[in-house]
Amino acid sequence: MPIASPLGAASHPMISLRGISKAFPGVVANDGIDLDIHQSEIHAILGENGAGKSTLMKILYGFYRADSGRIFLDGRPFSVHSPSDALAAHVGMVFQDFTLIPAFSVAENIGLFLRDLSPVISLKDVGRRIQEISSRYTLAVDPGARVSELSIGEQQKVEILKLLISDARLLILDEPTRVLAPHEVEALLGTLKSLRADGYAIVLITHKLREVLGCADRITVLRHGRVSGSLLRKDADETRLLKLMFGKELPRLEFGGRAPVEANLPALELRGVSTTAEGAETALKNVDLRIYPGEIVGVAGVSGSGQRELADLILGIKACASGSKFMFGEQVTRDSVRSLRDRGVCFVPENPLVMASVPFMSVLENMALTRTRRYARLGGLRFDWHAVNEDFLQSSSALGFSLPTHALARSLSGGNLQRMVIVRETAHLPRLMIASYLTRGLDAQSTIAARSALLRARENGAGVLLISEDLEELFTVSDRIVVLRGGCIVASSKPDETDVFRVGHLMTGSEQQDAASA
Amino acid sequence: MQPRPDPANRAKSIGARAISGLLRYGSMTIMAFLLFGVILLISGNSPIGSYSDLFSSTLGSARGFSEVLVAMTPMLLTALAVALPSRIGLINVGVEGQLYMGACFATWGALTLSELPSWILLPAMALLGMIGGALWALVPGVLRARGLVNETITTLLLNPVAPMIVSFFVFGYWRSPMDTNKTANFAPSARLPTFFDTRVDLSLVVGLVLLGLFWFVMKSTRWGLEMRAIGGNPQAAVRNGIPYRTYVISVLCLGGAVAGLAGMAQVSGFYGVLLANFSRGTGFMGFLISWLAGGNPFGIVVTSFAVAIITSGGNMLQLTRDLPYAVINILLAFTLFVVLARPQLYPRRKAA
Amino acid sequence: MTLLSVLGVVSSAVFSGTSLLYTTLGEICGQRSGIVNLGLEGVLLVSASAGFAVTDLTGSPYMGVLVAALVGGLMNMILGYLTITRGANQLASGLALMFFGFGLSAWIGRAYVGARITGLPRFALPGLSELPILYSSLFQFDLLIYLSVPVAILVWWVLFRTRWGLGVRAVGESADTAFASGRNPRLIRYQALFVGGLLAGLGAAHLSIAYAMNWTEYMTAGRGFIAVALVIFSKWHPIRAIAGALLFSGAVAFQLLLQSSGIQVSPFLLDTIPYLVTIVVLVAWGGTRRHSAPASLGRVYQGSE
Repeated sequence: MPIASPLGAASHPMISLRGISKAFPGVVANDGIDLDIHQSEIHAILGENGAGKSTLMKILYGFYRADSGRIFLDGRPFSVHSPSDALAAHVGMVFQDFTLIPAFSVAENIGLFLRDLSPVISLKDVGRRIQEISSRYTLAVDPGARVSELSIGEQQKVEILKLLISDARLLILDEPTRVLAPHEVEALLGTLKSLRADGYAIVLITHKLREVLGCADRITVLRHGRVSGSLLRKDADETRLLKLMFGKELPRLEFGGRAPVEANLPALELRGVSTTAEGAETALKNVDLRIYPGEIVGVAGVSGSGQRELADLILGIKACASGSKFMFGEQVTRDSVRSLRDRGVCFVPENPLVMASVPFMSVLENMALTRTRRYARLGGLRFDWHAVNEDFLQSSSALGFSLPTHALARSLSGGNLQRMVIVRETAHLPRLMIASYLTRGLDAQSTIAARSALLRARENGAGVLLISEDLEELFTVSDRIVVLRGGCIVASSKPDETDVFRVGHLMTGSEQQDAASA
Repeated sequence: MQPRPDPANRAKSIGARAISGLLRYGSMTIMAFLLFGVILLISGNSPIGSYSDLFSSTLGSARGFSEVLVAMTPMLLTALAVALPSRIGLINVGVEGQLYMGACFATWGALTLSELPSWILLPAMALLGMIGGALWALVPGVLRARGLVNETITTLLLNPVAPMIVSFFVFGYWRSPMDTNKTANFAPSARLPTFFDTRVDLSLVVGLVLLGLFWFVMKSTRWGLEMRAIGGNPQAAVRNGIPYRTYVISVLCLGGAVAGLAGMAQVSGFYGVLLANFSRGTGFMGFLISWLAGGNPFGIVVTSFAVAIITSGGNMLQLTRDLPYAVINILLAFTLFVVLARPQLYPRRKAA
Repeated sequence: MTLLSVLGVVSSAVFSGTSLLYTTLGEICGQRSGIVNLGLEGVLLVSASAGFAVTDLTGSPYMGVLVAALVGGLMNMILGYLTITRGANQLASGLALMFFGFGLSAWIGRAYVGARITGLPRFALPGLSELPILYSSLFQFDLLIYLSVPVAILVWWVLFRTRWGLGVRAVGESADTAFASGRNPRLIRYQALFVGGLLAGLGAAHLSIAYAMNWTEYMTAGRGFIAVALVIFSKWHPIRAIAGALLFSGAVAFQLLLQSSGIQVSPFLLDTIPYLVTIVVLVAWGGTRRHSAPASLGRVYQGSE
């Protein structure tokens, strides 16, 4: 299929950004960015987490106002103050967190965004219009279905349909493949290509090199809020893009020998464990799992396969509907979170601000939260902050971190916050560590620090459960990989015995043949 | 990187904050008084005269001042009943109902145990009152702990039920031969002792002591730390092993107990009898005071005092200016509106 | 228990339930846009007193009803200003409005305590007047009563079949999404509150002008809070509110019925039933997590809005 990428002066850009700058308190998100977006083109904006990609596009969509710079639409200056201005200019955006209302049906959700919706609405008409467009681009979905009952892939289709029906001509997709399995990604890229053939301009915000090389016509790389390079597909390859993204060689993680100690007693054993699902949860079904001390077990799975439930179950937040849980041979099925923690279980989640720390408390106070009884004196009437401080200093120096003890947790950056959580969780030599998407949203340095902490814990004899969406991370770090799908463990093998695509298929249960690798 | 603040600086900043807080409150109150002055003018009264009456009757005499304290006492307790659960993020709008149940249980004690000497009877009544209030908060607490229904809704729904139960008894088993909507007067041994010649009773002291205890627990003890963690981030608190459900139930019931104590104080101290519908919004007033004060015990004392001046001043307005007592609610509401409408002047800490 | 007495109960429930229905419909509008009004009691009182005063002054109950509706809308605007423009806590603002209503209604109504007015005229629908006097006298209703069910249907239709209603519900589910669709969530909330206030005002008008036909302080007797419970009980759905209003106000009438059959049940205990039933029903439906509350209300009840 010929790639229709207009190159010469014959076609001018649909949208041009010149000198866009935007700063938030404490961070410059965009710094003098120039960008051109053409019709019939897929333009990828590449950069690692925090490079400023989302901010730039949100400015274009009217969610943020740029501090300085101009936007041109078809050559004329264009000011956008709100999403409705953007929609009027035929610019549409699909966010990472979908802007869908779960309680509404597909037709109601799409109708909400229709600019020519009649005052008295007819959902049948909307349904008809949906079907016209969806059949054209393989985006089939039932207009009467409630969005809360759709899968994530289907919800994404609704989001795209929403834009198409509202007559958008420029589609901005923010990290669209983050929650999709490999073959769903192929389907999405296929849809994008047929849209491009029909003249749509598509902007793809991503940090996944393979996808960029697979479908983009033009690539702009952002780093630290600035454009570090802009090139056509034919001039791009992996090395060059990596260099533009990171400016230097990506530091590699150093590993020691990978010889797990197969002690007799597993640090954690789950036997036939099942849970009940409430609301949007996924029920675990008959899960058998063993984690030995000194072993890292990676859990791969499409988002929503039961990873959260598994982590919550092991930590003791979720109860076993059936089956049993053992730690070092002892029954712990009914133990509370507190007693499990006393046994040596620790937990490092994604999003430490929301899941693991109290924002308005200081770092020191946060440190004390997991072991309040240990630090209490006089039956609880007094608190030994001195002891907390000592433990904190000991743990952070062992990890090589340096954190301000009296700063409020919410004033820390994401990376420092995760460091704080790791300091706390590894403070008393845990015997079982549950790491759930712990590097999500972190910058490169913090990601490396977090992974090193995992390895340290393993060296100290802990069993580690690593839940991650990053297959590369799982393959690099784990001693063993299990695949979770629909609440069941469908496979378990060593990384060198399998590959990314096989795992990807197991994750989604598809029987598709491997596509020829690019 | 923040250095640990040294004591001298901290004292200065606390002082500065207190003064700026008072200034803020002061200016807001003045605004509210101006607005109410308009109402007074329309009803043909001189605002200046009315306000001077109000202040002279409340602050100008010892008797008036004692009446302010009397009005303030139930507010201290009801505000505490809201502030305590608010520290773990629970919203207790059911103080009205818990108040009635506490009064109900205490009345049972007063009527059936009236033979006992007061040094046994009064603590027994207090205990009964606390049990009554705690029971009324139990179901909401359990439902919330199980994640079934928010306590805001359940406590709100149970509010009107309690006065109906009280009415059931007052017009039924405990019917007094003399008045239709009251029980018989309590025996002297069932009355809370008052100070000097005023109507200020022991519950004022109890309220202040409990507020002080509240401050100490939140600041220095292990339970206070755990509660603040739950209030600051319940999800994180659960993952860190803090027994969330236990706290939800016990703290909400504790709040209910304090409200029940307030109810006991009302019937045993203030009224001396159980009256149907004796509370017109005392519980809700407690909610507003706690909210205004940010759940802070010192703030609760100051705010209760200020509100008490207004409400007891309302009595004077009724006598001298021929305005129904309820009209004073307008002044109260204006003050609240003014505070509510200026969020940037009043920094609220969520659950500190 | 004769047919006559059962019909009497129904008639009585309809009479006392109409103001409750209008109030509930109004609160449904407001809550569907994501705003809880704990001050409904105050709104009702002020509307009732204003409507009554105007009726007494002008001699026209229709003027009174109109004024009561407008006053209701205005009172809700105060709540709107505080919560929408000023971002104040909804629960506290509502309660402040309630106290305001206590005071303002007492002030407005102070000259009218004990006054007598000509209320809304009552009439039977054509055809019913053919029935023997005993029966037809039970079904002489006023205009507001006849309009109550059509209005409920109208509210349903507006919320679920018009573009504006879609916007209101969207704001109540997710203001961010509504904003992303190019709408102005703040404006929509103001509009929903105003409409809600109009409806609540109609409910208050029925109480003081058509039903009781007098004015006393606190005469709404908790109807504002009953309405909040009823909104939950009817799952934020205008049509279910009709049945709920009948049930909730039937309790008192039901007590009279039991009395006439010789069963003595305290009216106070019967009055508690609607509230207790609402709690039971809430739990039975699987709690607040599963029932169809507008999503942003959850944050109000959690205190994080």
